[in-house]
Amino acid sequence: MFTINNDRSKFPELDDAGNALIDLTSHKYLKLWQGPQHPGVTGNMSLELTVTGDEIVESKTHVGYLHRGFEKLMERRTFIQCFPTCIRLCVAEPDPNEYLLSSCVEELAGIEVPETAQWLRMLALEMARLQVLLRQVPGQAGTFALGLGYQWGNYIRDLILDRFEELTGGRVYHMYILPGGVRGLLPNGFKNRLEENLKLVDEFLPNVWDLIYTNSVFKKRAKGLAVIPKEWIDQYGIYGPAARAAGIMRDVRKTHPYLFYSEIDFEPFTTDESDVFARSLVRWHDLKMTVDIIRQILAKMPEKGDIKAPTPNVMHWKIPKGETYVKCESSRGEYGMYLVTDGSDKPRRVNLKGPSYTHATSVLEKLLVNANIADTAAIMVSLATCPPEIER
Amino acid sequence: MSLKDVLTPFTAWKRIAKEPVTVIDPFNDRPGADRYRGFHQNDVEKCIGCGTCEAICENEAIDMVPFKDPISGDSGLRPSLDYGRCCWCALCVDVCTTNSLKLSNEYTWITTDPEDFRFTPGVDKKSWDENDKGWVKPEPNYEFYNTQRVEMEHLHPEERVDSFIEMVKGYSHEQALAEADRCVECGICIATCPAHMGIPEYIKAIRNEDLEEGLRILYETNPLPEICGRICTHKCETVCSIGYKGDPLSIRWLKRYIADQVPSERYQSILNTNDINNNGKRIAIIGSGPAGLSAAHYLALMGYQCTIFEQYEKAGGMMRYGIPEYRLPYDQIDKDIDYILSLGVEIKYNTRVGRDITLDQLSQDFDAVFSGTGLHLGRSTGIEGSDNEHVYYSTDLLRQITEGKDIEVAEHIVVIGGGNVAMDITRSLARMQKVKYGKVNIIATSLEKEENMPADREEVVESREEGAVLMPGWAPQRIEIQHGRPTGLHVVKCNSLFDDTGRFNPQCDMEVKNFFEGSMIVQSIGQGMDLSYVDEKWMEGLSFGPRGRVKTNEYFQTDLEWFFMGGDIIEGPDVIHGIANGHKAAIGIDRYLQNLKD
Ligand code: SF4
Ligand code: SF4
Repeated sequence: MFTINNDRSKFPELDDAGNALIDLTSHKYLKLWQGPQHPGVTGNMSLELTVTGDEIVESKTHVGYLHRGFEKLMERRTFIQCFPTCIRLCVAEPDPNEYLLSSCVEELAGIEVPETAQWLRMLALEMARLQVLLRQVPGQAGTFALGLGYQWGNYIRDLILDRFEELTGGRVYHMYILPGGVRGLLPNGFKNRLEENLKLVDEFLPNVWDLIYTNSVFKKRAKGLAVIPKEWIDQYGIYGPAARAAGIMRDVRKTHPYLFYSEIDFEPFTTDESDVFARSLVRWHDLKMTVDIIRQILAKMPEKGDIKAPTPNVMHWKIPKGETYVKCESSRGEYGMYLVTDGSDKPRRVNLKGPSYTHATSVLEKLLVNANIADTAAIMVSLATCPPEIER
Repeated sequence: MSLKDVLTPFTAWKRIAKEPVTVIDPFNDRPGADRYRGFHQNDVEKCIGCGTCEAICENEAIDMVPFKDPISGDSGLRPSLDYGRCCWCALCVDVCTTNSLKLSNEYTWITTDPEDFRFTPGVDKKSWDENDKGWVKPEPNYEFYNTQRVEMEHLHPEERVDSFIEMVKGYSHEQALAEADRCVECGICIATCPAHMGIPEYIKAIRNEDLEEGLRILYETNPLPEICGRICTHKCETVCSIGYKGDPLSIRWLKRYIADQVPSERYQSILNTNDINNNGKRIAIIGSGPAGLSAAHYLALMGYQCTIFEQYEKAGGMMRYGIPEYRLPYDQIDKDIDYILSLGVEIKYNTRVGRDITLDQLSQDFDAVFSGTGLHLGRSTGIEGSDNEHVYYSTDLLRQITEGKDIEVAEHIVVIGGGNVAMDITRSLARMQKVKYGKVNIIATSLEKEENMPADREEVVESREEGAVLMPGWAPQRIEIQHGRPTGLHVVKCNSLFDDTGRFNPQCDMEVKNFFEGSMIVQSIGQGMDLSYVDEKWMEGLSFGPRGRVKTNEYFQTDLEWFFMGGDIIEGPDVIHGIANGHKAAIGIDRYLQNLKD
């Protein structure tokens, strides 16, 4: 068990096993439940806080409010039927789910995805990142009640969803990347329209910078808040922006390039402060980088070509017995899927490994200790908590 | 913290004059994107009710509901949607076998009754029915199954035209698996197959590499799989749902694959027929064609002692004596028949009912009689010269070829007829010409234009490949005879075959004439039945329907309750109808003898 420092005078006593002994009759402590409805998260989870004054001395995370079990459901579905199911594993950014399921299936079945389809997959994944960050970057200030940037970001996000609608036929659940390839080429004039939207992001970036990152209130509240010690990165398995804010370069696109990321020129931003401000700053740079990556993809991708490799008949497609783990970089960090097949037409086991599981259960519990009640939402958002991805 | 940090956030005020970006009016109509996955549309005239959309839907949002009476190739059902379940993934659209299903780009639907959200697209009228935007199956090269069939390998025309070696090679293991994979298991074929074979199940058995199970499924409805796997008219393939976007499944070749792969020694143990209890009742069967063999097979399984009376030296009827060996090798006929004989069925060869034994006798010696005597009598054109001794019937010639008799093959031959039998005799004689004269010189002429020829398309193509000249659309007028031998056939142009009321009434242009040279003329314009074996006293007990066919009930029982009839004389003509009739008659005989009523 990690302790913030050795002085536990204001914390509850620990028993031999290290559990806090909270004596509520002492009137020293109060139990406060945050959630399961909670402004800091997309989806439902709950925090059981023990507070003294407005300071948190003990915290526990509770999941189990979503009643889903998608991983289990997929064991009863054919592989093609898993495709509309798996996207729901993360609502805010569904595309990596589609990509991972498809890649796992393709790897085990030995399917080569056509080049054009691979570029289109990259585009969809980056557009997904873009629309997530457009909310998350200003959303961090939103947790301190500065909602204006969030409105700006959401507007542009809506336009990106328009592009998704054009490309994939859906705004939120795109259902675009499926085993073998993707479900459509770029519509006519798509590139120009997307470029117009990217220009808005170009404008948005300095505006939001001025609004948030130079903002004295935001700085005061976010700097020094919920610092993740560098050694936790490996101890807990912390990924993506949270790791990069602690000075550790973790980006699957760089470390284990997939699709055509090796042909794209990009350098993920890192910093050392590791607090809420630093994590938010990393995301601001990620947003900027995403725009750049999308522009490179649009310039480099082939205009035409096959969108899907021929596959066996999906109605009874049996995948050879095997297992694989495929990963990609989501906006929250390394996102992976472990697929076990037994030679039948349904998966034997699907297991999703997303960063929220460690970030929002183990790490969050620790980070909340010593924090203010008013900062819980900010801390959750800074960890990009996604309960649907925890409770699969 | 600098003063700048306090002031810069106020730069946000510069946006105060900007237009608001949110749409204030919620009723504003904003059309969905061109590819939007909105509400379903179904072209119910194009849809065949295959139910593949229902099968792929992971949310069980689709139910197939009755729309009209089923017909061949259309289940009569149509997909009905439950929008309480649908997630608009459009997998149903992508998999739709006829491309009849799509999603419109309409996405708002306000109603006060939740039941409204259950509807049958295309049947329940909706405001978006005429909407031409929305999700359709992506194109091109985007399919959920292979639309192209695995080509069957044939002997090259050069190789096959001078021998009677089987020309279709049969699928290899890999080819069969690949072809079987294409099936979507919609089962639309089952209703069209006269024997209602469990087609999707036996194809599935191939995919599961369980050919023993495949054989069991075949024998549930068809005891002649080697034969049908080669020469069945495969009506099933004409309705296969995969055929709408590509080639239909090679159902016939897959059936052959199963039968070919299982050795005959294993049949009894696989089909669990080692030990059949004899019920002591005896059935006489006239003719060992498909109907007779099928009836014998199913009756034997039920414990009846069957005796088949066969006029020729070998069993098989038209399958042996009418179909050339290059299409149906004799050893394959024997494989099917030997298995039926192993069930205790007895055949009395060279025994013609009506000549060697009377029907009356059979009626006394046996508990019931089934007759499947087929169509063996050649039909004459009746034109001048057709009574010459060098003018033949195809049925006679085909039989003589099977019997190994010497046929005086002429150097120039004309065949009259456009059906499968005409093609069989054309191609058989072509082979013999090739051996005797080193080249093929045969003309096949038919009343029908090429697109209306009753022969299977592949027969037409293969005849040409083998050197026959096809002359469709000519009406025979007169056979020119010189010195007691034909020299050729005079024909005139035939413009149409049927009149406005659909009656057979050929219209010819007598001015457009042609002459096809040939010293041997073969007539192949259909066959007739021969009921001369039915004694007069029993004949009176039968009643007759259209085209002189004996009337039977659904179990092929005639008005004489001990006498059942089936096969080409009742329905067809083809092997699979005979098999289906024989099976049904076997059930009918059992019901009759057990005194069962509905
Ligand atoms: S769109 Fe998807 S969920 Fe809806 S009926 Fe079709 S397959 Fe089922
Ligand atoms: S898949 Fe297409 S053709 Fe078949 S039932 Fe559904 S809508 Fe009709």
